[in-house]
Amino acid sequence: MRREGSAFNGLGVVMLKELADHLTSIRFVVLELVVMALAVVTVYVAAQDIKNTVAEDPFLFLKFFTTSSGSLPSFLFWLSLFVPVVSIGLAFDSINGEHNRRTLSRILSQPIYRDALLFGKFLGALLTMAVALVVLWLLVIGLGLLFIGIPPGGDEIARAFVFLLVTIVYSGVWLALALLFSILFRSAATAALATLGLWLFFFVIWPVLAGEIAQIVVPPDPRYMALGLQTPGTAVLEQVLARLSPSTLFGEVVVALLDPTTRALGPIYLSQLQGAVLGAPLPLGASVLIAWPQIVGLLATTILLFVIGYVVFQRQEVRA
Amino acid sequence: MSADTVIEAEGLTKTYGSKVAVDHISFTVGRGEIFGLLGPNGAGKTTTILMLLGLTDISAGEVNVLGFDPAREPLSVKRRVGYLPDEVGFYEQLSAADNLRYTARLIGFTSMDREKRIAEALNRVGLGEFADNRVGTFSRGMRQRLGLAEILMKGAQIAILDEPTSGLDPHATSELLGIIRRFKSEGVSVLLSSHLLERVQSVCDRVALFSGGHIALMGSVSELGRTVLGAGYVVDIEAEGAGLADRLALIPGVSRVEQTGIGKVRLHAERDVRSEAAAEVVASHGRLKYLGVQEPSLEAIYTHYFESKPDETLKEGARHAA
Ligand SMILES: Nc1ncnc2c1ncn2[C@@H]1O[C@H](COP(=O)(O)OP(=O)(O)OP(=O)(O)O)[C@@H](O)[C@H]1O
Ligand SMILES: [Mg+2]
Repeated sequence: MRREGSAFNGLGVVMLKELADHLTSIRFVVLELVVMALAVVTVYVAAQDIKNTVAEDPFLFLKFFTTSSGSLPSFLFWLSLFVPVVSIGLAFDSINGEHNRRTLSRILSQPIYRDALLFGKFLGALLTMAVALVVLWLLVIGLGLLFIGIPPGGDEIARAFVFLLVTIVYSGVWLALALLFSILFRSAATAALATLGLWLFFFVIWPVLAGEIAQIVVPPDPRYMALGLQTPGTAVLEQVLARLSPSTLFGEVVVALLDPTTRALGPIYLSQLQGAVLGAPLPLGASVLIAWPQIVGLLATTILLFVIGYVVFQRQEVRA
Repeated sequence: MSADTVIEAEGLTKTYGSKVAVDHISFTVGRGEIFGLLGPNGAGKTTTILMLLGLTDISAGEVNVLGFDPAREPLSVKRRVGYLPDEVGFYEQLSAADNLRYTARLIGFTSMDREKRIAEALNRVGLGEFADNRVGTFSRGMRQRLGLAEILMKGAQIAILDEPTSGLDPHATSELLGIIRRFKSEGVSVLLSSHLLERVQSVCDRVALFSGGHIALMGSVSELGRTVLGAGYVVDIEAEGAGLADRLALIPGVSRVEQTGIGKVRLHAERDVRSEAAAEVVASHGRLKYLGVQEPSLEAIYTHYFESKPDETLKEGARHAA
């Protein structure tokens, strides 16, 4: 049965309302300010480090994202907390919030499809994250310029820009997950806790668990252990398992992008190193290619989560 | 569907798993008519409304709203029909006008058109001076009126109101009913649901009494009164004049005359005998102070029909509706 009219009727209206709501919401502004403060501190500390040590590194600017100093984690670390937490904070009450405010049936009685509401909410939140991340990105680049006084090269800017795009994609994963949970759980608190719990699981527990499971399934070979090496079979399984986590995927992409000398992600085989000058930086295209499966994985996860949410939402009763 | 019918439902059914929420109901609503869906909690009123709007799937049967099928052409239906949900909600942090602006954008009104419509609608429901106040500060009655303003702004041909008066005090209720009457005077058809019988009785042209997913009775309140209560008309007269009660008893159709006070009599008749009664008073050189006919109370009809013999009526209702 063909539906009448366009599924995108009202999409832009919903998206802009969500964007305006988020950008003016206290919880978002506070979190953004906190991360901006952290950016200033970490970039300043990183600048001191960079000045002292690696003054002739051709990829100086990328170090601002990754350098950690003493007890102060890198900006990248803060970002890996900020992106999931804020994404979840933006989307955990998307649909159940409309239910609980009893606005859902009134909005859906306007000439729009549910598609427009759901997609508009997702895009509105994604756009909000994009704005937040662009601001942070500009801040880091600007501060870097201010602190060391050397302008970044074109390749550095290009890498940092691709990194920005990937970060936005990564936030899409958590937005889609939070949106899905806001459809599944009628209580916003339950949805928030479930999403945050899942994120913590992937961020903290899963990397450890992946190693443990791999060791049980493929017990380490004593011959490798005697040499102080990881058994290849165990290592491969551990990596496969770890990559089920979006945080791992994101981490791997970031390594490939921000460290141009990265030749492969995960265990390196001799064949991959043949003819390579160790330590020589790769061109950006090659780095992206290395991380391509991970990038696609992040995109596919986002789409999958959104589609599941879409299907559930279409069948859901509108009444509270 | 005739030109004067705006909603037509035929064998409309909704099942949730094995539970039948709405069971083969059929009804029509005419242009400019106020039609009431009345019945106790869980009778299926809201479910029926959601099916009319295409907001929930129809399990069986046919619906036609303004010539469109809500399941296949939901946008055409929703563009022309305004809906005030049960316990309507708004975005609390936004002003009344901003809430309507969002809806107006969703409908697709241009910005000039939008502002004019919003100001007009808010004024008509008496919220003009609160346009820029946050809805969070609004009382229940103001929220309901804002919901009606949304329907006015939309320029809907049909207004579907689910429990519009629930939770309102008597003053707010009569204000709201006043607005609903104005809908009718502008040619807007109204379909409203309620379990508060006596409040809505005064505005409805016709009602459908729901029970357990069936329409048990349908018609105007006075028709239902006669079929269910069998009482016919009750005419109250206050007049001075000698031997008036005896003369009134002779009017054809009057079955009983009751003296209800000094100079006050009540006639029980099988038809409306007001004009004959007035003529009698005048003929006996009396002075007529009051003459009125009592509408049968929906409450009484309802109680009589359902609560005296609940089991039979349910089955009977099923047969009527089928
Ligand atoms: N999602 C659902 N799943 C199962 N049963 C449902 C669902 N929604 C409604 N029902 C049932 O359908 C029946 C009709 O409900 P409906 O809300 O239409 O009644 P109503 O006449 O509007 O009642 P009220 O006066 O309380 O609003 C009820 O028995 C209700 O339990
Ligand atoms: Mg209801």
